[in-house]
Amino acid sequence: MPSLQLSLSISPLTDPTLSPQPKPQSLLLVPHTPLRPKHLLCCLFATAKNAIIVEDQNAVVNGRVGADTGVPAEEDLLLPAGLQKEFMPKHVAVIMDGNRRWARMRGLPVVLGYEAGIRALRRVMGLCCKWGIIRVLTVFAFSSDNWFRPKVEVDFLMRLFGRGLKDELENFVRKNIRISVIGDSSKLPKPLQELIMAATETTKNNSGLHLIVAVNYSGQRDIVQACQSIALKAKDGLIEPEDINEFLIEQELDTRCAAFPHPDLLIRTSGELRVSNFLLWQLAYTELFFTQSHWPEFGESEFLEALHSFQQRQRRYGGKNT
Amino acid sequence: MAVTEAKYLIFLVVSIIRSAEAALVEMWTVYYRQGLAIISDYKERIFSWYRFVMGPDTENNGDSVASKLFGTLNGFMRKFLFRILSVGPVPNHLAFILDGNRRYAKKWKLQEGTGHKCGFWALMSILKYCNELGVKYVTIYAFSIDNFKRRPNEVQYVMDLMHEKIEGLLKEESIMNQYGVRVYFIGNLKLLPERVRVVAEKAMKATENNKNTVLLICVAYTSTDEIVHAAQESCQHEWDEIQAMKASESNDGGEIISNENQEEHRFINLVDLEKYFYMGVAPDVDILFRTSGETRLSNFLLWQTSTCLLYSPRALFPELGLRHLVWSVLNFQRVYPYLERRRKQV
Repeated sequence: MPSLQLSLSISPLTDPTLSPQPKPQSLLLVPHTPLRPKHLLCCLFATAKNAIIVEDQNAVVNGRVGADTGVPAEEDLLLPAGLQKEFMPKHVAVIMDGNRRWARMRGLPVVLGYEAGIRALRRVMGLCCKWGIIRVLTVFAFSSDNWFRPKVEVDFLMRLFGRGLKDELENFVRKNIRISVIGDSSKLPKPLQELIMAATETTKNNSGLHLIVAVNYSGQRDIVQACQSIALKAKDGLIEPEDINEFLIEQELDTRCAAFPHPDLLIRTSGELRVSNFLLWQLAYTELFFTQSHWPEFGESEFLEALHSFQQRQRRYGGKNT
Repeated sequence: MAVTEAKYLIFLVVSIIRSAEAALVEMWTVYYRQGLAIISDYKERIFSWYRFVMGPDTENNGDSVASKLFGTLNGFMRKFLFRILSVGPVPNHLAFILDGNRRYAKKWKLQEGTGHKCGFWALMSILKYCNELGVKYVTIYAFSIDNFKRRPNEVQYVMDLMHEKIEGLLKEESIMNQYGVRVYFIGNLKLLPERVRVVAEKAMKATENNKNTVLLICVAYTSTDEIVHAAQESCQHEWDEIQAMKASESNDGGEIISNENQEEHRFINLVDLEKYFYMGVAPDVDILFRTSGETRLSNFLLWQTSTCLLYSPRALFPELGLRHLVWSVLNFQRVYPYLERRRKQV
């Protein structure tokens, strides 16, 4: 059935209006070389007054420690051609949309669409581990609005999460992946909650890719619970209401567990052009990328297209482009 | 025979149109340009269709005959188009991020601040279209708190432009009242220079009785700042309530303190926060426009755009036109049934 499709992904090869990759004015500066004292001094003098230096500690990738202080060695980073290391996003968020539509298009039952979605997620995780530069991957697995889907589907999804966690746990340990789950886990079935706690505990100290799965998550609810915790602190006299600022709220949001809480790139599949209540506060300066393909079809080529598009963007953060 | 007559008829119609065109050009040259010139040192005296249609001097509103004719025809066709669009659901609240003014100036090799002026004219025509379409709330992202980081003379230019335009708005109060437009200035107004804040508050007061359309202009605004402000206000409010309760309890005898502890898990909820937002005067956004092809939110209305359509045309803001508006409304109508169903479920 023909439908009105609006394709908005910026095609990097044919877009003449964007100037080629200027040096981004990012607020976080993560050096790729080991931080020896003289490098630290150079960084301090060279960066702008607002830059914050984050030291890359204990970077153990795939069980191999780099030569000096644990940063991944050059030959481990198999970055595809055309992508520049300095302009890769540190935190990628994904809204995994379109599983059901993909299944319906092929005449398959919806549950097979979800299973294909899990396979796509494994593919993307493998790519992130291979490239090594993307440190945090957040995926929107289940929104708090999704409870209104048919009960059969919701139950299947919960079982799928549980099974996925159980099966993949040793894979996570082996690949040094850390998993966290954000969202209101109190409404989930008890066995799933226990599995989540066990998985989180087991992989707590892993320092490779950090996978954050948003289950029963709502961006607005996240901000409200952050404000509630701050209000309790204010009530107990720990802080004054006038002292509440953005930093305090960020300390209370669900994404505080991540080293890079703000996504640099948000990918939404299956052509829908909205954010759907995902990571509202954290998406303030995130580049959004919308693609027409459905989530089960999302593979290396679509991911590369998104990263190419990201590298072409000029991130100004409200200031002037130098 | 019939073919010859048809040919004759077509010839007649074409010659009437051509003589009308010649007459209009003659009228234009005689009355508005004091003669026709092909080559001249004064560029404005050379005939061009663009100037013929738009008028000799858009700043002083010197309307040409042709522009009046075309204007009426355009308006008629636009009304017709909007009537067709109104068969489906029409968005209630549109938000615009005015991006690309400086790039427009660079592209057309204009002076540094002229891009913002062109953006202002584009904004006026967009507001006119929204008014005709029946959109009740229009929000624009005029100036962000992050934009204070720009060069001081650029910031000064934008502040002066805002001051000039708001004063112009106050002078044209009759037009605003005629169209029933109510103006709000949203954001942390304390960060603006004194004279801009004073004139903004005057404008808000002058238009407060209008009910047709609401124009929300976000100056010195970021969404994170709005949320922080709402959190501060609601904390302060709860704090004051508790102090008042404690004061009355100490008079009564103090049995109610345990109830208060039970209530602390409901200290602040969604409704409380939304009450203190600067944008609390308007409902949630239906379509968010970001021009110049960038797809990011830039700390604008993060809370209010959680389930709205995001539309980013490649056109720079001064180039934004009717076709973009129509296309976005059509897309909105496509996803509207799904979003309504979800809203009802929640």
